[in-house]
Amino acid sequence: MKKEQAPGIIIMSISSMGIFIILFILFFLIKEGLPVLKEASLLSIVTGSDWYPTETPPALGMLSLIVGSVAVTILSSLLALPISLFIAIFISEIASEKMRNILKPILELLGFLPSIILGFLGMVLIAPWLQANFTILSGLNLLNASILLGFLIIPIVGSLAEEALSAVPLELRNASYALGATRWETISKVVFPAALPGILSACLLGIMRGMGETMVVLMAAGGAAIIPVSLFDPVRPLTSTIAAEMGETPVGSPHYHALFFAGLILLIITLAINLLSSWIESKRRVRPS
Amino acid sequence: MKKFIAGAVLAATLAVSGTAFAAELVIKGSTTVLPIAQSAAEKYMTAHPEVAITVSGGGSGNGIKAIIDGTTDIADSSRFIKNEEVKAAVEKGTYPVPFGIAMDALIPVVHPSNPVQDLSIEQLKKIYMGEIKNWKDVGGSNKPIAIVSRDTSSGTYETWESKILHGERVDKRALIVASNGAMVQTVAKNENAVGYIGLGYLNDSVKALKVEGISGNKENALNGTFPVSRYLYMFTKGWPSGDILNFINFVLSDEGQKLVGEAGFVPIR
Repeated sequence: MKKEQAPGIIIMSISSMGIFIILFILFFLIKEGLPVLKEASLLSIVTGSDWYPTETPPALGMLSLIVGSVAVTILSSLLALPISLFIAIFISEIASEKMRNILKPILELLGFLPSIILGFLGMVLIAPWLQANFTILSGLNLLNASILLGFLIIPIVGSLAEEALSAVPLELRNASYALGATRWETISKVVFPAALPGILSACLLGIMRGMGETMVVLMAAGGAAIIPVSLFDPVRPLTSTIAAEMGETPVGSPHYHALFFAGLILLIITLAINLLSSWIESKRRVRPS
Repeated sequence: MKKFIAGAVLAATLAVSGTAFAAELVIKGSTTVLPIAQSAAEKYMTAHPEVAITVSGGGSGNGIKAIIDGTTDIADSSRFIKNEEVKAAVEKGTYPVPFGIAMDALIPVVHPSNPVQDLSIEQLKKIYMGEIKNWKDVGGSNKPIAIVSRDTSSGTYETWESKILHGERVDKRALIVASNGAMVQTVAKNENAVGYIGLGYLNDSVKALKVEGISGNKENALNGTFPVSRYLYMFTKGWPSGDILNFINFVLSDEGQKLVGEAGFVPIR
């Protein structure tokens, strides 16, 4: 073996081990999830809204769980993405060098906030506050969970979008100013569009983070398996269902397989978002700059 | 992991003694009883290093099935054996023997500000089915009722379902929490809420309701007057002997019953 080959071989063997482990997880998920189709048809699982998995025979309709996941993700994105982008623009384009050096690390540090702390705040602060100010059944609901998830998403999307904005070459800005554009015109018409692919993938990454988040929704979403019609309805996303029920489910039962199947659905949804993100990026890249 | 530890203990015992053979004890069944069985097994193995105990869950039905099939030494169960199961056992020539090892009392709880003191089983049933939607219908103030329930796979939920709901479905709009602790937290923060918890989790942040006029406490659970209580069992194949008998005796001893209390259940002696 030649000396210069060694790093390549080491890196390749370690990385292929990582890929193998990921494929193994996927295989296991499919192996444990698919047997549920013997108990209930795919159609009845994704269109049924009765989730009573321990009855005999079990009712395994996951529609309300899927809608719960999607509802929390969409609402938290609507709340968090605009704020994240304005933070990113402010830090990258408007703040002075000194301020940027303070704000950017703070934003990045907030990204490491453990989600269970947020869930706890939702339970003891936001839920009673919502209850005191609105006539609602419970403060543990869609809105509460979405606000908390928003807090979780903002630092991630904000700091990634800021990086995308900062990566736009200074020449573009200077050229824009040279043409007589104002600062706002430069940001909105030159810098932002130039950074758009990076910003979009930052947003999609944040959305996926919201989709997969478990602790916050387990603690603050209320956990009712219904299709929400108002902001104050409790919801039960797929993730919190798995977390709450896996511990006491007999291994090999229809319920057990159904929970793995719920994981598979979650994986498919996030995979779809991921593919969308890379598709957007590839479309953007072919445009001549 | 437990198996691994048991195996390690076994290997260590064999290595040290050379001649002594370790006995192996298998315990399967109810997830409600699981914490009792686990802590009792750990304590028992510390005192008797020559015995290796394997504890697993899987549900009461699975445990009793394993007793009938002879694949376990002790079956944990949070319900009594059913007639069909006794029949199946006798056909196979095994005679399951029940040992009541603990009691489980479920206390309905509300927010401390709620004026309601007492609910009948019928009222609780209608509340949990979603038929009674306002506290004023059961003698409280004009406020909607927020039902809080445990997820359907929990043993606590099973008891509630059999003693209160009698086979009806819990309202879909019920808030679901994943543990007794989360139930206390949720009810303590919501003045509309009603929930239920194991006796061991009761504290001042929530208000315990009487059921049919009877307050849920250790005495009433033990003398059988409190309606939402049940025995927890360990079943053996025939009258136990040797290590199985010793283990059951340990669970029923003062030390074992202390573990029962620590796990949040009512000791029976």
